[in-house]
Amino acid sequence: MKIKTLLASAAVALGLAAGAYADGHEKTKVGFVFVGPIGDGGWTYEHNKGRLAVEEALGDAVETVYVENVAEGPDSERVMTQMALDGADLIFTTSFGYMDPTINIAAKFPDVKFEHATGYKRSDNVSTYSARFYEGRAIQGHIAGKMTKSNIIGYIASYPIPEVIRGINAAYIHAAKVNPDVEFKIIWAYTWFDPAKEADAARALIEQGADVVLQHTDSTAPQAAAQEAGNVVTFGQASDMGQYAPFPRVSSIIDDWAPYYIARTQAVIDGTWESTDTWDGIGAGMVAIGEISDAVPADVKEEALAMKAAIADGSYHPFTGPLKKQDGSDWLADGEVADDGTLAGMNFYVEGLTGEIPQ
Amino acid sequence: MDLSVINPILLIAALMSAATPILLAATGELVVERAGVLNLGVEGMMILGAICGFAIAVETGSPLTGFIAAALGGAVLSLLFAFLTQITLANQVASGLALTLFGLGLSALLGQGYVGIKPPRMADFNFGPLADIPVIGPILFSHDPILYFGLLLVAMVWAVLKFTRAGLVLRAVGENHDAAHALGYKVVRIRTLAIMFGGACAGMGGAYISLIRVPQWTEGMTAGVGWIALALVVFASWKPWRVLLGAYLFGGITQLQLNLQGAGVAIPVEYLAMSPYVITIIVLVVLSADKSAAPGSLGRTFHASH
Repeated sequence: MKIKTLLASAAVALGLAAGAYADGHEKTKVGFVFVGPIGDGGWTYEHNKGRLAVEEALGDAVETVYVENVAEGPDSERVMTQMALDGADLIFTTSFGYMDPTINIAAKFPDVKFEHATGYKRSDNVSTYSARFYEGRAIQGHIAGKMTKSNIIGYIASYPIPEVIRGINAAYIHAAKVNPDVEFKIIWAYTWFDPAKEADAARALIEQGADVVLQHTDSTAPQAAAQEAGNVVTFGQASDMGQYAPFPRVSSIIDDWAPYYIARTQAVIDGTWESTDTWDGIGAGMVAIGEISDAVPADVKEEALAMKAAIADGSYHPFTGPLKKQDGSDWLADGEVADDGTLAGMNFYVEGLTGEIPQ
Repeated sequence: MDLSVINPILLIAALMSAATPILLAATGELVVERAGVLNLGVEGMMILGAICGFAIAVETGSPLTGFIAAALGGAVLSLLFAFLTQITLANQVASGLALTLFGLGLSALLGQGYVGIKPPRMADFNFGPLADIPVIGPILFSHDPILYFGLLLVAMVWAVLKFTRAGLVLRAVGENHDAAHALGYKVVRIRTLAIMFGGACAGMGGAYISLIRVPQWTEGMTAGVGWIALALVVFASWKPWRVLLGAYLFGGITQLQLNLQGAGVAIPVEYLAMSPYVITIIVLVVLSADKSAAPGSLGRTFHASH
């Protein structure tokens, strides 16, 4: 008797839960998995701005949820699974290291759409999207090459993945073009977000003579370290980091995810979502260049803006030959432009860079 | 590869600064553990200290006031741990982990309005002409007051634990709380005070990161330093001077690997990054032969009726 009652009430409870589930499902639920805190002032901050833009643009039709500080790797699978079980219709996983977890979880939830940032693995319900940050890096490299007096440019890299290597190459090519004596010192921090370590890395570079520091990590700590040093130029990364303008931050690469997030969410609402691969740059507005401050000489600013315009209208590609690889072998012939496949899997330095890419 | 670009004097000076947050937090935790309490909430108390110190320093314009506030913030948070483990007799490991998670969340909440603000700078301690001595000047006489306070703290903790009656009582409570209780010492009161001291030290360590090393506020900015401090106490086998040694070793390896990379030395970073932990494990193995190293009542709950 008791067991029967128990089963009956369990069945009722299940029915109620299912009912609630159906009710709650009228809104399209969009989940975001973030690698850092939304207050990092850089990468995750911009993704969160995109999330807020989705809420604002689509209003009552959507509900968004997010989890911040999710470690790359297996732990992220737990977070994605929970989001999918909680009824998310679309999940954005916003860091490279979520690639395999996203594919794994997507296979378990075929009705949920996934969007993975900066990766290259897709399936029927997994799209990938990224921005051509290297276009912004080319402009940074140009300004950096012109601004450095010690001819030493420091570069705080995160992980040795194609996206980061592309950025180093793009910056170096354009710095060396305007300043053949320039030397890049690269520190791999092995983190996306660790302010103390990023500040230490910036200081180590400055102590070793760098007077321009580029960063591919997410916090504003290197900006603060440069400000303290007094005569070091930096660039905002992923977000404007305008609180450090006009100096040390002289310009920035800003990721603008909002239009993409709104469009993809709308596609899910309309039922027109398909697995795609998006890789947009300055032209499409996914990469913006933060205001170039007055600390940059007017002629350099003009050249930088001209390059930005040329990249935007497609008349100039940051990886245009003649270019050689670090080992001296030919890569691109005169006038040849790098294809997206090579760029997406880039695992080599261009000629002139010293040191090795850690494996 | 060009090692000449690394300036050893600047490297050692940077190392001392990098080691200070770990040193402060580990010294506090050492006292807590010598009193027989295992508080795994160091990370949470550090991050709360980081935001308390940062917020108060920004509001008052005085970094020193900020550090005092950070110590208070850490101590107040540790009171929560003291209540859970000493009054309600909750499990120390679980309470400590909860304290870390709580501290991370609370600090993020408190820090909402402080992102992107520049804190007032703490001036370096003025030693006058001493700072101009070559080599020794930049290494020993060109730091902020908190760094010297950290060194002083280690010496004080060592002296108090070794030479004073209060230190003896604290150690007695940590070694065997039942015996200490039988002798009439207030175990719970002594432990609560030790926990608060640990909280205050961790809070100051956190504020050192947000006010001096980085200096700015970002969520989660302590990024695991509290866990290193915990490992360090074990590494030091609960002895203050070894904490100092260990903190410089841990801090130094980070600085060294960043500098070596900048100089283009091709040592795989992973080896250097994991070396502090490998050393800790080795020390643990060595210590396991010597059972007397850890305080006898470490991690055990105490109630007068048991």
